[in-house]
Amino acid sequence: MSLSKKSGKENSSWAVGKRLLSFTKPYAGFLAGGLLCALVSVLLSLWLPVLIGDAVDLIVGAGQVDFPGMVPILLKMAGAIAVSALFSWMMTVCTNTVSYKTVKSIRDAAFDRLSQVPLSVLDSHSHGDLIARVVTDTDMISDGLLQGFSQLFTGLVTILGTLGFMLSVNAHIALVVVVLTPLSLFVASFIARRSHRMFSVQSATRGEMTGLVEELIGNQKVVKAFGYEKKAQARFEEINGRLYDCGVKAQFYSSMTNPCTRFVNGVVYAAVGIFGALSVIGGNLSVGQLSSFLAYANQYTKPFNEITGVITELQTAFASARRVFSLLDEPLEPSDAGNQPIAHCDGSVALEHVFFSYRPDRPLIEDLNLRVQPGQIIAIVGPTGCGKTTMINLLMRFYDVDSGKILVDGQDTRTLQRSSLRSQYGMVLQDSWLFGGTVAENIAYGRPDATREEIVAAAKAAHAHSFIRRLPKGYDTLIEGDGANLSQGQRQLMCIARVMLTQPPMLILDEATSSIDTRTEEKIQEAFARMMRGRTSFIVAHRLSTIRQADVILVMRDGHIVEMGSHAALLEKGGFYATLYNSQFAQPDAQA
Amino acid sequence: MWKLARYLKHFKKEVILGPFFKLLEAIFELIVPLVMAKIIDVGVKNGDTRYVLTMGGVMVLLGVAGLGFALTCQYFAAKASQGFGTMVRNDLFAHISSLSHGEVDRIGTPSLITRITGDVNQLQVAVAMLIRLVVRAPFLVIGAAVMAMMLDLRLSLVFLAAAPLVGLALYFVMSRSVPFYRVIQKKLDRISLITRENLEGARVIRAFSKQDTERARFHAASEDAMVSSIRVGKIAALLNPLTFAIMNLAIVAIVWFGGFRVDTGALSQGQIIAFVNYMTQILLALVVVANLVIIFTKSSASAARVNEVFATQPSITDPEKALSTKDAAAPKIQFRDVSFSYPGSGEVSLSHISVDIQKGQTVGIIGGTGSGKSTLVNLIPRFYDATEGSILVDGVDVRSYPLEKLRGQIGIVPQQAVLFSGTLEENLRWGKEGATKEQMDKALRVAQAKEFVDRLPDGWDTQIAQGGKNLSGGQRQRLTIARALTREPDILILDDSMSALDFATDAALRRALREETEDMTVLMVTQRAHTIRSADLIIVLDDGEVAGIGTHEALFAQCGVYREICLSQQKEKEAAGQ
Repeated sequence: MSLSKKSGKENSSWAVGKRLLSFTKPYAGFLAGGLLCALVSVLLSLWLPVLIGDAVDLIVGAGQVDFPGMVPILLKMAGAIAVSALFSWMMTVCTNTVSYKTVKSIRDAAFDRLSQVPLSVLDSHSHGDLIARVVTDTDMISDGLLQGFSQLFTGLVTILGTLGFMLSVNAHIALVVVVLTPLSLFVASFIARRSHRMFSVQSATRGEMTGLVEELIGNQKVVKAFGYEKKAQARFEEINGRLYDCGVKAQFYSSMTNPCTRFVNGVVYAAVGIFGALSVIGGNLSVGQLSSFLAYANQYTKPFNEITGVITELQTAFASARRVFSLLDEPLEPSDAGNQPIAHCDGSVALEHVFFSYRPDRPLIEDLNLRVQPGQIIAIVGPTGCGKTTMINLLMRFYDVDSGKILVDGQDTRTLQRSSLRSQYGMVLQDSWLFGGTVAENIAYGRPDATREEIVAAAKAAHAHSFIRRLPKGYDTLIEGDGANLSQGQRQLMCIARVMLTQPPMLILDEATSSIDTRTEEKIQEAFARMMRGRTSFIVAHRLSTIRQADVILVMRDGHIVEMGSHAALLEKGGFYATLYNSQFAQPDAQA
Repeated sequence: MWKLARYLKHFKKEVILGPFFKLLEAIFELIVPLVMAKIIDVGVKNGDTRYVLTMGGVMVLLGVAGLGFALTCQYFAAKASQGFGTMVRNDLFAHISSLSHGEVDRIGTPSLITRITGDVNQLQVAVAMLIRLVVRAPFLVIGAAVMAMMLDLRLSLVFLAAAPLVGLALYFVMSRSVPFYRVIQKKLDRISLITRENLEGARVIRAFSKQDTERARFHAASEDAMVSSIRVGKIAALLNPLTFAIMNLAIVAIVWFGGFRVDTGALSQGQIIAFVNYMTQILLALVVVANLVIIFTKSSASAARVNEVFATQPSITDPEKALSTKDAAAPKIQFRDVSFSYPGSGEVSLSHISVDIQKGQTVGIIGGTGSGKSTLVNLIPRFYDATEGSILVDGVDVRSYPLEKLRGQIGIVPQQAVLFSGTLEENLRWGKEGATKEQMDKALRVAQAKEFVDRLPDGWDTQIAQGGKNLSGGQRQRLTIARALTREPDILILDDSMSALDFATDAALRRALREETEDMTVLMVTQRAHTIRSADLIIVLDDGEVAGIGTHEALFAQCGVYREICLSQQKEKEAAGQ
């Protein structure tokens, strides 16, 4: 609902950056350590050209080489190299640690939030999008932001350090380099801007193409059945053509970086060479000093490119951070910490003057009153898409009523702890949900402490035992992602076993409409019947047998409850239920 | 990998000239340190300001020319590699379209998608790198080495010692970190999996109040990924410091041993500086060469995956000989002793099916899951070819029809109600490109979709999201039925495609089909016995075999399997009567 853009201060890059930093706080030690290591490593590496210069100055010509003087300089160099390399490694280890730990905290926080927001948030967003926020966006943050920090820092230290060393050697030539700095900046930002723009066009086009490929190859049967191949090819080639255009540009612009850097370096190198040589002639500079200047000139432009690169990455990271933060800012389900757990539940349920709607402008349930005695069966019937799940949402408090109240054993459900209320219901939905674990773990989901005997007993009661036994590893068979290795009917039987194990006083069942073969279906029916014995049951029903045995039938249409009563009474009334019943079960065309 | 090189033929100019220009740039780059050495050894030594300025000017000119050459090469590389990728993608897509279901099933749709996107991208990168670096980097290594050897053969031995060390460092780090990345990817996949499970099972998880357990599960998975990332990070972080250290220690060695050479007069001071320069160039280029090796290893795997698709031949193709003439007297569809098993599976999915279906008949096909109902109807439009026996449409073997002609007369409504992104009307036009408004309107009416379509704010112009996600299951199904009807097919196949419809709509739809489409032969695959009760013919399948063929009354009296199905679904009704 509100996972969209927010305007104003809290969304500015500054605020996002500050908030990101707050996540790194527990790892401030590593962060500081990383910065310190960067400082040591960069400064030592910058010292090297100076040392090389000093050494070169001792090699003047034949017979004029000062070997004793060179030894300490070269030793210093070796030491500086070793220490700088070590610190550079430690810096990366520190920033890696900060970055991965921070991402873990952000990721955990995002997931925790998902498990605590009202269900309406999950219902109103594409799951792919939410998963992307938890997985991909957090990765972007780690790549862009925190790796970026170390580069930004080493880059800055390098630039300032280089300038400092150059100034300390010779101010005039250092000035030449400073004068040429805007050139580096200009070139780097020119390329970064261009290629960034082209890259976003390219990735959008690529996304478009992946979408088309997914659609057309994924549904190849339909494409072939309707002879759509030629048109599909034409559509593909059109997008592919656009991808070529922006791909060439994106690649060209981004590949300009290296040659341009080399060029700017070349210009700086030449300028330093000319002015340096002239200074040596003028006696203001030694040849060795010139050589260290040349070394600096060679590496001066590189950090500018890196920094512009980091800025682009930062933008990407901030965009991702905004998406994650807007998830973190979703309000939680109202706390029920002060509420009572349900003390006792006889299975009686009452709805008093209940009003509910998903959107204020579309009233759904209006002034619903219903009294359910313990052990009664309530069937909810109606055409496809009439909003039968709304009742489940309200009973389980996945959504709260707008006004009126729902009572369980005489207690207003809003005064009870959600978890204890929900544990009173056993719920079997049409899309049976299994998680990636063993069959036994899935059945014991509601009671992890259940013994193997109890699990098997529940499976037997749910008529699931016979097929589970035939699985390759029986109860220890691993359910693959989302239970794809089981048929839909088998999955539903497992969900029934899961509820059987917890023995709740009340049930919420959702009958499957189709895609289950007759024999499995029969087993499910029997399992349902056994489970319902002595329990208050709410059933979203499609089968006549279920409906007829119900004590009360709620007839829904377009989200409203239009009729309510027993089968006989409703037929007598001759209203919507009667029409529905006649068209569904009386086989008007059977005589044809 | 080389098989794909044929696509580069179209870019001869770019592929040859690109590296050539790059080579020019590299040569210029190698000259620069020489010029610098001259400035120091000639200009500075003689105090010749003019010489310094001239040579400085030469250096700038070399830079400008180098930039020009390099950009030309980069442009050629971009053009050739993107052009290469575009052509491969077009051909690959066309080839995938030509494959039959057997092949697509075997490779798998997700894998095909990554091949046409990810793998081709990888190849594109390789082509660009080929043009840009394959000449430059080795040339720089060899060129700089030769230059250095020309300056002083003995001192260049330092290079020969340093280069293998860099190679060794690269190998050490890569061989230890690369396998880890795959492990980390798996751990990230697990994080996605748990997130997905939690979103899909949100209601169940909350019903059992298991949020805390789920959170703990997620935290453990994300901790696991973090620990691995940090561990591999420690190894990967060695690469830069190691090469840095080797490179600079080599420079120390050059300065030290160079000192001896200068002392004996074999080298000059300026030449030592040039030597240091070459050293840096060589080692940087070596790192590039190592990257090239990695890129080419990756892309040869991609090339193999792409080539595998190209090498796959469609098993179902247009017939070579012309189609024999239709036989007006023959049954519309005839199965003659048809058996079928899916490629690669030993199990027989259909065995010895024989049945005649007359023009205009409505035929119900019923049976449990896995009894072969869908398989049977998939054989008619040749999604798969029968392993044994033959299927005739209008008296002609389906394998003798051009595919387009065969499929053109069949309207199929698949089990999964798939719509495509585009407007609602565009989706209907899939059935028939040039359909008139009247035809589409009639199709919507028969499919019981007209009412809800008319109520949509944008009507026929409603944008359908990918897969039709913005419509309900029942609405989608009715639109897929309308799509098939728009084509006004001779044969309509409904593959369990009314499951999301409530019974009233289902009944109305069947009535409309019966009244409005007299000549159409309709095949209805279903799980619901009452849906096909009034069909002209019912085929009962059990485990790939025909358990019975006939009308409802006859089957109910004689066919045990059929009676069992009816009774289980209609317990309290007198299923046979009425």
